[in-house]
Amino acid sequence: MESFTKLSGVAAPLPMINVDTDMIIPKQFLKTIKRSGLGKSLFFELRYDDDGNEHTDFVLNGHHHRDAVILVAGDNFGCGSSREHAPWALLDFGIRCVIAPSFADIFFNNCFKNGILPVVLPRGQVDKLMAEVAHVDNSTLSVDLEAQEITTADGRKIAFDVDPFRKECLLEGVDEIGLTLKEVHKVEAFETRQRAEQPWLYG
Amino acid sequence: MSKPRTLFDKIWDGHLVDVLRDGTAILYVDRHLVHEVTSPQAFEGLRMTGRPVRRPEATLAVADHNVPTTDRSLGIEDDESRIQVETLEENCAEFGIQYFSMADVRQGIVHIIGPEQGFTLPGMTIVCGDSHTSTHGAFGALAFGVGTSEVEHVLASQTLLQRPAKNMRVEVNGTLPIGLTAKDVVLAIIGKTGTAGGTGHVIEYTGDVIRALSMEGRMTVCNMTIEAGARAGLIAPDETTFAYLKGRPMAPTGEAWEQAVAYWRTLPSDPGARYDREITLDASDIPPQVTWGTSPEDVVPVTGAVPDPASAPDDDKRRAMERSLDYMGLTAGTPMSEVKVDRVFIGSCTNGRIEDLRAAAAVARGRKVADGVGAMIVPGSGLVKVLAEEEGLHRIFIEAGFEWREPGCSMCLAMNADRLEPQERCASTSNRNFEGRQGRGGRTHLVSPAMAVAAAITGHITDVRDLLP
Repeated sequence: MESFTKLSGVAAPLPMINVDTDMIIPKQFLKTIKRSGLGKSLFFELRYDDDGNEHTDFVLNGHHHRDAVILVAGDNFGCGSSREHAPWALLDFGIRCVIAPSFADIFFNNCFKNGILPVVLPRGQVDKLMAEVAHVDNSTLSVDLEAQEITTADGRKIAFDVDPFRKECLLEGVDEIGLTLKEVHKVEAFETRQRAEQPWLYG
Repeated sequence: MSKPRTLFDKIWDGHLVDVLRDGTAILYVDRHLVHEVTSPQAFEGLRMTGRPVRRPEATLAVADHNVPTTDRSLGIEDDESRIQVETLEENCAEFGIQYFSMADVRQGIVHIIGPEQGFTLPGMTIVCGDSHTSTHGAFGALAFGVGTSEVEHVLASQTLLQRPAKNMRVEVNGTLPIGLTAKDVVLAIIGKTGTAGGTGHVIEYTGDVIRALSMEGRMTVCNMTIEAGARAGLIAPDETTFAYLKGRPMAPTGEAWEQAVAYWRTLPSDPGARYDREITLDASDIPPQVTWGTSPEDVVPVTGAVPDPASAPDDDKRRAMERSLDYMGLTAGTPMSEVKVDRVFIGSCTNGRIEDLRAAAAVARGRKVADGVGAMIVPGSGLVKVLAEEEGLHRIFIEAGFEWREPGCSMCLAMNADRLEPQERCASTSNRNFEGRQGRGGRTHLVSPAMAVAAAITGHITDVRDLLP
């Protein structure tokens, strides 16, 4: 996984609540057996018309915001299906950070596995950011994970929370499976104990 | 004396391999279900790192999302779908994982076959790369959906890195009136909590109504827990649970069964256990439920009308409601019973079990699907299909004009050939009414199986109680 330390670039506003993972990447793109190449289909229904032409009024089709690396969205972003294709599509498009008042649990978790930082901020702050980044001159944000701080175009600093373990994994681009497998002796000890206490689990 | 614990606390504590300094746990995973859509990249990851599957026997795989529900002897026409299913088959062979092929009568939707086989047992931790893994919580198992990176993590280590969830209790009291089902109960709950109401929590369902539900009904409730934002739903195991499981192919037998039941009896939440959030609902006065919008929280009684965005609590919600009404082609104030349907879909991991088909058949018996309505029934598994045919349910459906299909996820998410055309309106027993979910531009109204049949018969959303004797 690519590490996440600092990010600076254009942020796009998506003022919608309950953006579901079907909306982020519809089912016809889940037939792939790869992780890459989904960026062009990100927000497919919102981005393209029936003939495959771009909807001019969708934010990521705008001249400026099409280079967005950050998304600012409404409540409960990423609800619905567990498809990791949703963060893969964001990542492939170039988005490395999503800011919202709340996220759905599975999507939130999937972001951290892919070097994407989901940031939860109070609704008032998100609303203010949403309005600011809609303007080209104010659309650049800087995110510093180490310092847990977002800096707006006019220099305002916004602090955010992140779980320490997840932060460390993102900063270092940790292979979580490798990390767990270093503790394999603890897994073996657990299995030995469980097999004795609940033998029916081991057929 | 130790602190009273919830069912969730007990399962969580019982599966801790290690706890890291910020509370993140290495959680042991007892059982893992795998399907073709969310697993190829995980197996590829194992190959790239040269890691084996730690306990192949703890994983069960099946293809369900991409499979055709028509004649299987023709194979899968769509190239990408076929490659995805073949990839799963090859991966299972390579890593030694049990796989139910499309030709196997045990094939079906992953969340139907786990319980059906007795693969799902109380007290277990169960994961699958699918958000509706919450279904298995009906057995008192901690079951939740994970992403593909976590599928790989479980395959490699039989564990997951997890943060503990909060406890939420939803108590459903009263007695379910005639014509009301588990689906109506869970839709009413989601209408009350909202689609993010359970975020960060595991929901334990309690109360007389839940206790009185069959395992099929309990699975319907737990299945849609994710639609309330909670990753897992739980119902304490009881005699109903044990009776369902006894004799299932993968359930323990003999002395092991007795030992297991004795352990399962210790699982229910202790008296005085603390919940972070509690909600109470009386089921005695809920009418059949139907969704009007594009989020499962957009639910009204069938006796109600399409709501007015002007009544929204805030601007965000008002905008979302306006967008939903536009997408759904509905006008505020229209009585739900005047909403005409083009299609009816009965099936899915929410409502594709035998009891659902019995409830549907009870309404369909001796009636005909309305002219111009296309109605299909997709059993949740091959075994559900066989049982339904033994009971003669298929004849009732076919005589009424329903299509009787082969098992799979089908039009719940329209990854196979079963899908709505743009602007087609469907009464569906599935779990999500998201934009485009059942096909681009398709309009979904979530209902119970009995309500879906009622809509098929009359051609519009209908209060099924009007069709009952």
